[in-house]
Amino acid sequence: MAQIKQIPEEILKSIYRTMVTIRKFEDTVYYMFLEGKLPGTVHLYQGQEAIAAGVCASLRKEDVIFSTHRADGHAIAKGVSLDSCMAELFGKATGCCKGKGGAMHLGDIDVGMPPAIAIVGGGLPLAAGCGLAFRYMKRDNVSVAFFGDGAANEGAFHESLNMAAVWNLSVIYVCENNLYGASTHISKVMKVKNVADRAVAYGITGVIVDGNDVFEVYRAAGEAVKRARSGKGPTLLECKTYRRGGHSRGDSNLYRDKKEEAEWLARDPLVIAREKMTKEGILSEMEIKDIEEQVKVEIEKSIKFAEESPFPDEKEMFKDLWADQKG
Amino acid sequence: MERLTVAQALREAIREEMRRDERVFCIGEDIGVTKGFGGAFTVTLGLSDEFGHERILDTPISETGLVGAAIGAAMMGLRPIADVQYSDFLFCAMDQVINQAPKMRYMSGGKIAVPLVLRAPVGATQRGAQHAQSVESYFFHCPGWKIACPSNAYDAKGLLKTAVRDNNPVLFFEHKKLYGAKGIRKVSGSIDASSDIPDQEYLIPFGEAKILKEGKDITILATLRMVYESLWAAEELEAEKGISAEVLDPRTLVPFDYETLYGSVKKTGRLVIVHEDTFTGGWGAEIAARVGSDIFDYLDAPVNRVCAPDIPAPFSTPLEESFVPDRGRIKEAVKKLF
Repeated sequence: MAQIKQIPEEILKSIYRTMVTIRKFEDTVYYMFLEGKLPGTVHLYQGQEAIAAGVCASLRKEDVIFSTHRADGHAIAKGVSLDSCMAELFGKATGCCKGKGGAMHLGDIDVGMPPAIAIVGGGLPLAAGCGLAFRYMKRDNVSVAFFGDGAANEGAFHESLNMAAVWNLSVIYVCENNLYGASTHISKVMKVKNVADRAVAYGITGVIVDGNDVFEVYRAAGEAVKRARSGKGPTLLECKTYRRGGHSRGDSNLYRDKKEEAEWLARDPLVIAREKMTKEGILSEMEIKDIEEQVKVEIEKSIKFAEESPFPDEKEMFKDLWADQKG
Repeated sequence: MERLTVAQALREAIREEMRRDERVFCIGEDIGVTKGFGGAFTVTLGLSDEFGHERILDTPISETGLVGAAIGAAMMGLRPIADVQYSDFLFCAMDQVINQAPKMRYMSGGKIAVPLVLRAPVGATQRGAQHAQSVESYFFHCPGWKIACPSNAYDAKGLLKTAVRDNNPVLFFEHKKLYGAKGIRKVSGSIDASSDIPDQEYLIPFGEAKILKEGKDITILATLRMVYESLWAAEELEAEKGISAEVLDPRTLVPFDYETLYGSVKKTGRLVIVHEDTFTGGWGAEIAARVGSDIFDYLDAPVNRVCAPDIPAPFSTPLEESFVPDRGRIKEAVKKLF
C-alpha cells in the first residue's frame, strides 16, 4: 500500500485532476462520437486513467512517451493541450498534428510525445531507439512505451525488450493489461499469468501493480524512472486494469464475463483515488467540486475551439511529407 | 586521387560523415565486431577501431528491433545509418519500414524528421530465393522514402554522403556483385565497379541522372548491375547493328530525374528499361507509364522492359543466369523496337 502522505500534496492534486480531465474528456468524446460529430472511430481510455496519470506524473517534460491507438489519456497526461487534442479528433487544422494524425496518432513532440503508434507493438522498437538516443547523447532522460496486453504477443515486444536489456537502456515498458486484446481474453493467448513474468527472460526488472490505484502506479513508475536515470536499465511495469467501455466504437463487451466485469467496474480508479485523498484530508468535497467544474469548463472550451477551427486547406494535404519540401 | 571499390568508397563516405558529425552512427548486425567481418559485405570493416562500439553498434538478429531503434533514434535527432545484411531481411521489419519511418513526419504535421539511412544489399548471387531479391519496387511504391541505387564507387560515395545529410528516410540499395570484395568474401560473377575517388570531398545531389554513353537511336535506362549489362549491350548493338544507344543511370529512384530521361527519349524516340527486380509492378512499369502519358508523341515505338521474370530467384547456376537479365536479352528487346 502506497503511503500517499509521502507524496507532496500538489502532486497528488495534480494527478487527480489529470484523471478527472481524462475521464471527462473521454466521456465527452464518446457522446460526441455517438452524436456523429467526430469522424472515424474511437478507442477510449475510461478505466485506465490511473496509469497514464501515475506514470506521466513521474516524468519530466523532456522525457518521451510512445503511445498506442488508445492515445487520449497519454496525450492529456503528458501535457498535450486539450484544445489541440480535441481539434485533432475533429480533423481540424489547429489539431496537434494539423489534422493529419487523428484519434490514433495524437501527440506533440514539443511536450515529449511523438504521434501515437496505432500498430500494436509498433511503438516499442521506437521507444528503444529513443532510449538509445538518450544514452548516445548522455542525457538522463527516460523513454516510456505504453502498450496493451495484446502487444506483449507481438515480435516487436520481444525484440525491443531484448535490445533495451542488452544495451541497458533507460526505457520503461508500461503494459496496461486490461485483460482483453480487442475481444480476446488474455488467458486464451498467453500461457503465463502475468506479462511482467516475461521480464525474467530478458534479465530485467518486472513489476506488477494495481493499475487502478494511481498512487501504486505513481510509486512503481517513480522507482522505475529512478532505476533508469541511475543507469540501472529498463523496467517492465505491468499495470492490471480494465476497460470501462468497449474496445472501440459499437462494442458492447458482450464477450466479457459479467462477474469479472462487475468486480472490475466496482473498482473505479477515480473513486479509489478520491476516497484515499479525502480520507487523508488532502482533498475536500469543495475542492473535488472545484476540480470537476474547472475541467468541465476547459473541455467545453476545447470543443468550442475545435468546432470553430477551420479544416485544413486542401493544399495542406501535400505538405509535411518531405523534410526539404518547398512551399 | 585513389582507386576504390564500392565497399571501400562506402566505408570512406561513412568515415567522413562520422568524423564530420557526431550524431551519425551505424547500427546493424555483425557490423562492428572486433576481428569480425565488418557487415555482410565488409562495408564497415575496421570502423569500430576508429569510432568504438557505441557508434558502430552491433545488434541482436532483430530486424524489426534494429530498424525501429534506428527510426526512434533519428526521431530524437541522431542520424543513424542502419544496415540489414540482405535487402530480403527488410521484410522482417516491414511495419517499421512502411508504417513508421516514412509516415512519421506526415502524421506529426511536419514536426518530426526521420533522418535515417537504411542500407540494403540487392541482387542474385547464387544464394537462392531469400538472399537474392532486388526489392526496390516495393519501396518505390511507398511515399516518404528516398531511394538511391549507385552503380559505381564514385556515385556510391557521393550519394551516401548526401543520404546521411538528408532529413528524410533514405533507402540505399547496393548491389552485391558491385562491392568489389576480394579473397574469400569475393562474390562470384562480380563486376569491377571501382572508381577514381578524388581527394577532395564531394557530394552527389539526389535526382540527377547520369548519361553514361551518348547515343541517338534508343535510350536504355538501367540501375545498379544492369548498368553494365546495358553498356555492353550498347557496345555490341553499335558494332553488330549500327544502333546507337544512349545509356542512362538515374542513380536515385526517388526523386527520379524525369527531365533527363524525357530529354533523352525525345532525342532517341525509343526506350528500354532494365532492372533486376521482377517484371510485374516493377519500378520500370511506372516509368514506362509516365513516358507513355507525358511524352507519347515523341515515341517511335512502344516502351520495352527487360526484368527478371515473375518467379522467385532460382538457385542452380544456369537457372539463375537465365533469371537475371543480361546483355543478350537487352539486345533482343532493343532490336524488337526497330
